Amino acid sequence: MDMMATDTKQSAPVRAPSSAPSSWGLGDGQAIPWEYAPAPESSEIVTIRDRYGLMVGGREVPSSDGTTFTTVNPATEEPLAEIARATEADVDMAVKAARQAQSKSWGRLPGRERAKYLFRIARLLQERSREFAVLESIDSGKPIKESRDVDVPLAAAHFWYYAGWADKLEYAFPGRVAKPLGVAAQVIPWNFPLLMLAWKIAPALAAGNTVVLKPASTTPLSALLFAELCREADLPPGVVNIITGPGEIGMALVTHPDVDKVAFTGSTAVGRKIAQGIAGQGKALTLELGGKAANIVFDDAPLDQAVEGIVNGIYFNQGEVCCAGSRLLVQESIAELLIAKLKDRLATIRVGDPLDKNTDVGAINSRAQLDKITELVAAGVAEGADLYQPACELPERGYFFRPSLFTNVAQSHRIAREEIFGPVLATLTFRTPEEAIEKANNTPYGLSAGIWTDKGSRILMMVRRMRAGVVWANTFNKFDPTSPFGGYKESGYGREGGLHGLQAYVRLEDR
Amino acid sequence: MPGVRLGAPDRIDIRKTYKLYIGGAFPRSESGRTYLVTSPKGDELANASRASRKDLRDAVRAARKAFEPWAGRTAMNRGQVLYRVAELMEGRRDQFVAEVAATEGLSGRRAGTLVDHAIDRWVWYAGWADKIAQVLGSTNPVAAPYFNFTIPEATGIVGLVGPESSSLLGLVSRLAPILVSGNTTVVLASETRPLPAVTLGEVLATSDVPAGVVNLLTGLKKELVPVLAAHVDVDAVDTWGVAPDDQVAVERSAAESIKRIARRPRGVTDAAFDWTDDRAAQRPEWIAAFLEMKTVWHPIGA
Repeated sequence: MDMMATDTKQSAPVRAPSSAPSSWGLGDGQAIPWEYAPAPESSEIVTIRDRYGLMVGGREVPSSDGTTFTTVNPATEEPLAEIARATEADVDMAVKAARQAQSKSWGRLPGRERAKYLFRIARLLQERSREFAVLESIDSGKPIKESRDVDVPLAAAHFWYYAGWADKLEYAFPGRVAKPLGVAAQVIPWNFPLLMLAWKIAPALAAGNTVVLKPASTTPLSALLFAELCREADLPPGVVNIITGPGEIGMALVTHPDVDKVAFTGSTAVGRKIAQGIAGQGKALTLELGGKAANIVFDDAPLDQAVEGIVNGIYFNQGEVCCAGSRLLVQESIAELLIAKLKDRLATIRVGDPLDKNTDVGAINSRAQLDKITELVAAGVAEGADLYQPACELPERGYFFRPSLFTNVAQSHRIAREEIFGPVLATLTFRTPEEAIEKANNTPYGLSAGIWTDKGSRILMMVRRMRAGVVWANTFNKFDPTSPFGGYKESGYGREGGLHGLQAYVRLEDR
Repeated sequence: MPGVRLGAPDRIDIRKTYKLYIGGAFPRSESGRTYLVTSPKGDELANASRASRKDLRDAVRAARKAFEPWAGRTAMNRGQVLYRVAELMEGRRDQFVAEVAATEGLSGRRAGTLVDHAIDRWVWYAGWADKIAQVLGSTNPVAAPYFNFTIPEATGIVGLVGPESSSLLGLVSRLAPILVSGNTTVVLASETRPLPAVTLGEVLATSDVPAGVVNLLTGLKKELVPVLAAHVDVDAVDTWGVAPDDQVAVERSAAESIKRIARRPRGVTDAAFDWTDDRAAQRPEWIAAFLEMKTVWHPIGA
């Protein structure tokens, strides 16, 4: 996951600026004149068709009214394909297909056989990993080294992990009988399209549910390729159904009366609408929503590691990460030094072509998201925070944004309160651990937190006091299929990953 | 108004004023309002306080203040505090039996059974305090050099809309699992059968449950439930005692701040549920409903 940690070797010392204390020899953040030859990953491995239909009941079908929408490459703004725009009738058809598969085939299959299908899917994902990685980077804008080294391997690992649970449910919940919930409606975001699909589908299928999944409308391609992979795995028709379309179709899906379970990952605003939309329907619901994580650096922290962790925390995947460490809380005594080191590190970050293997920060996913980031950064400047951006060149076309670092930020600033979902870091300082705790928890969100210190007892104290579902100590943005992930407070409820993630897809009955 | 009788008939008895329980104190409603509580047969039993929105907000404040210290107690200590509630209820058993019998219109024998179950339920949940983390937590074998573990923690403030029919046993059955993990609560007692809940508050006040951990309100649900569901500093709601017709509105309102919502199991009605069925009415899942799972990563290395 430490994608950006791989290029520490290049961060050679730069000349000391007159404004920085000479003892540091660092801190002006000038771009280092490293020339990189282009190292593009070939896209030949992927065939993107002109048109894609809905994947319902094991077949590809056009939408019932024939309408489509376009998915574009955010790095070039070129259209990639026309995608069927599902209607409510299509939603109904997909739920029916899932219901039928659940009651007729998948729900009756012994866990042992479900496991074998899931292992098969994991293996196929590994076999076709390069193809998925390239497709993911083209459709989403994320750097190829992230899709190649993080998204796709983790997606395969999730199927692998949950495959093994399928025939061991009786050991997962001792004293209880775990039954599938039925049909799961799953709506996923555009930041980790294939990985979020895996987080949703793997535990659902392991427990004997069938699914209707709607990928985000800007990133449908990897889900549609996954549907093809399901056919290749000979997965029974209707077990996995993929419908594509805008948010209204997601809402139609989750509110469909024959859905038993709803799982959503996305913004808190949409999560709220979903919870309200299904109010009183008795559906099981898990929500994985927004975040505004504090990454807290104490004065005894290993600073160079912390710098890598901060960079990974906020610039990984262009900062389009719900658990991104978007608020840097630095102990006052080391703030100047840490910021200087951070500026130097930022100067070595390469922004550009997602398919270039040297790229650290790719394209922002959409024009709308780029506008939102731009607007919030402007608000930060207008409210009086100091903005620093490295002098990197951005491609002429495509949705790109410079890695941004704000200092002199107040807690009341929008950039310190709102989820930006972009490569924008807001720095605040603190003097005492108590002040750090208060500031870290001073948000309606509670998804993740980071702690950097060499003192073990302080780590455990901070762990206890953080109101956040994932706490990274001396690391950040690590993920694993065995590790439960999810939020406190308005970051949602329920967990994905691990045994806790499995529980979200079962009904426990007495023996 | 005959009230709830205890003791010999040849003496003028001292009747109790049934008050609210907020932040460890027993105020009347700041609104000065009361409402008449009757037995199922229509006998007048007492005037209960009719809590206002302001009382509810005060209760939430008290619960918030009490949360970190209560959640920060050791698990064993919380277990002992819950067990202490059982000890004190046992000592007041006759009073609870008389109140439950009068409030729910039951024979003394049946009421005795319900009170016994209520006392035993505290004991059952008390024993869970230092076991939840071992049953519901985990260490996770991640595929990288990190030590990774998951621990359950209390959600925060839980708004409990108490069962309407079962004035004491139902309430205790929903309250104890909320408390045992370290949550604090604002409880809306049964509207029509509120008296045993108030007496329970008196037990809590004289046990070792810290002030503000449980705050008990009596009053009209149509006034109080919407305020409880909408209050942004309430982290979760237990909707057991919400009227079926109001369930959608409560859930919609609770969703505004992404509250956790606990519901009656599918197909279960408040009136018909058998609270003496231990298998159905005391469940670790009811503890888990108000827990957050926290996962911690730390590198392994020199």
